[in-house]
Amino acid sequence: MSSAEAFARHLAGQRLRERIFRASTLAAAILLLLLLGGVVVSLLHGAWPAFDRFRLAFITQDVWNPVTNRYGALSAIYGTVVTSVLAMILALPVSFGIAVFLTELAPPWLKRPVGVAIELLAAIPSIIFGIWGLFVLAPVLQESVEPWIDGHLGKLPLVGALFQGAPYGIGFLTAGIVLAIMIIPFISAVIRDVFDTVPDVLKESGYGLGATTWEVIWKVVVPYSRSGMIGGIMLGLGRALGETMAVTFVIGNAHQISASLLAPGTTISAAIANEFTEATTPLYTSSLIALGVLLFVITFAVIAAARLMLLRLGRRGLASV
Amino acid sequence: MIHEPRRADSNVAGGSDAGRRLSEGGLNLKPSGRVHVPDSLDAGSPGRAVGEASVADPVFSCRDVSVFYGAKQALKGVTIDVARRQVLAAIGPSGCGKSTFLRCLNRMNDTIPGARVTGTITLDGRDIYSKRQDVAQLRARIGMVFQKPNPFPKSIYDNVAYGPRIHKLTRSRTDLDELVFTSLARAGLWDEVKDRLGSLAIGLSGGQQQRLCIARALAVQPEVILMDEPCSALDPIATAHVEDLIEQLRASYAIVIVTHSMQQAARVSQRTAYFYMGQLIEVGDTDRVFTNPQHRLTEDYITGRFG
Ligand SMILES: Nc1ncnc2c1ncn2[C@@H]1O[C@H](COP(=O)(O)OP(=O)(O)O)[C@@H](O)[C@H]1O
Ligand SMILES: [Mg+2]
Repeated sequence: MSSAEAFARHLAGQRLRERIFRASTLAAAILLLLLLGGVVVSLLHGAWPAFDRFRLAFITQDVWNPVTNRYGALSAIYGTVVTSVLAMILALPVSFGIAVFLTELAPPWLKRPVGVAIELLAAIPSIIFGIWGLFVLAPVLQESVEPWIDGHLGKLPLVGALFQGAPYGIGFLTAGIVLAIMIIPFISAVIRDVFDTVPDVLKESGYGLGATTWEVIWKVVVPYSRSGMIGGIMLGLGRALGETMAVTFVIGNAHQISASLLAPGTTISAAIANEFTEATTPLYTSSLIALGVLLFVITFAVIAAARLMLLRLGRRGLASV
Repeated sequence: MIHEPRRADSNVAGGSDAGRRLSEGGLNLKPSGRVHVPDSLDAGSPGRAVGEASVADPVFSCRDVSVFYGAKQALKGVTIDVARRQVLAAIGPSGCGKSTFLRCLNRMNDTIPGARVTGTITLDGRDIYSKRQDVAQLRARIGMVFQKPNPFPKSIYDNVAYGPRIHKLTRSRTDLDELVFTSLARAGLWDEVKDRLGSLAIGLSGGQQQRLCIARALAVQPEVILMDEPCSALDPIATAHVEDLIEQLRASYAIVIVTHSMQQAARVSQRTAYFYMGQLIEVGDTDRVFTNPQHRLTEDYITGRFG
């Protein structure tokens, strides 16, 4: 065999390996799409009996009664939205502060430890947060914080209703606090990364005009990174909406809508996690799956919006380099 | 040895103060044209440049200013004055500390973690690095224009109004409009943008953006303007525009301009400072420095032997 032949065979082998490699990565990518499609199809299939039976009432009615076999998701949707919004309200200022500190104010030797601490916080399994919320946070809230809230904020005009009621220790407020702690690492990490995309020279122009750090952040950094920040916030919101374990521990799992944040309630994911093992009738099971569809739709919409925002930032970031 | 002046044409050097001072100092006059040896730089004692470092009634007065980035010393004992209503050009090869020098003057180095400044710098006789100095207030008195045009992602109007707004320089919207108008007019940009003040500044051409940045600096009504290679990202026509502008602004402001272009320094400045490896080598009237450099390193640079 001549060396030219050997070389030709070597090339042929190389081509074959390359083709196999390409085909297998393509297969992996297609598998992912198939899985996603499969999840959607089986969710819709499972949820069909409930949707077919209750139609729009499934999302507009506040009933959840396994005895009469009537199900409406309104209380779960309400709980999901309230706890997530509460978590955002609590987490945003803190995350913003962390990001500002890390990008603008922290001395170099403190940047890394704080950055690592935030990443560690993100790595704690959610069930740990649930246990902590139930055994540590809830008693504190019940004994000291909630009575104070009821006594003071509860008397306020207009918003007072939000803060009235018996201190259970578990409920919307507790879930909101636990969720806030869980999403702070995400939001602050994203905001920090977005802040880092602001060119130094832009900040220096602000400083050069005699702006203080606060003015540079508020009038230069934030406007520049607005869409990225909103994207990061929405990613955090997406997580808060879907968080199950920790919330299940501290929400109280009561299908009810109450004005007070101190009252127990439930969320979509907490209801599913709690009740799936008890769902005895096919309609009950189907209703729980239908809850899952709702959560899927809500979370998908939020995360898609977040991605879109971040994408816009990425494009502008490239354009301005 | 850095203080080794080159052989000067005796009647010119002898006629200037600097030349006389140098001769009185008993410094060796050696023939020029030797290949310069960088290692010999560090042997010299920093702080005294060849030429006329001080002026009467200076805006800025820098005495023995050194800057360290962590352990690295980027500026070594620079002593120099900045005169009023004059352009001072800082020239020198890349990395010699021109920007570092400029950024000392408005304490912009404070924003860099690990940066340290020693020596004294006074603005109108006041130590700007004193503990009592409010940094934001100091910077408001000093306009800064950067290498790359960097308008804020806001409208043309809001870019110029940014400084006046944060410093509450104007009481009414009409006052602010007026200030925006005069700033844009002084920067020679008004006619080009008066019909689109509300549109994004990013939409302007590079040269227009740079003049917008100058207008933005002027709007704070500074006493001094610092420019760090303001034309290096501009085409020749835009550059000429900015140079004309500098010529006009000189009537009212002290200007310090960093430039890597010796032609530009010769065109726009009245005094020139030559930096090399963190040291101020020579400073003096631009005409004198370019026609009759007294330090061998300056001459090497100006005649294009290196740099
Ligand atoms: N932020 C910084 N951190 C560390 N070193 C720096 C920093 N900025 C500049 N330097 C160093 O200081 C020296 C002078 O830099 P610079 O003043 O920017 O030079 P020039 O403007 O003359 O090109 C260079 O060696 C540069 O590497
Ligand atoms: Mg520079």
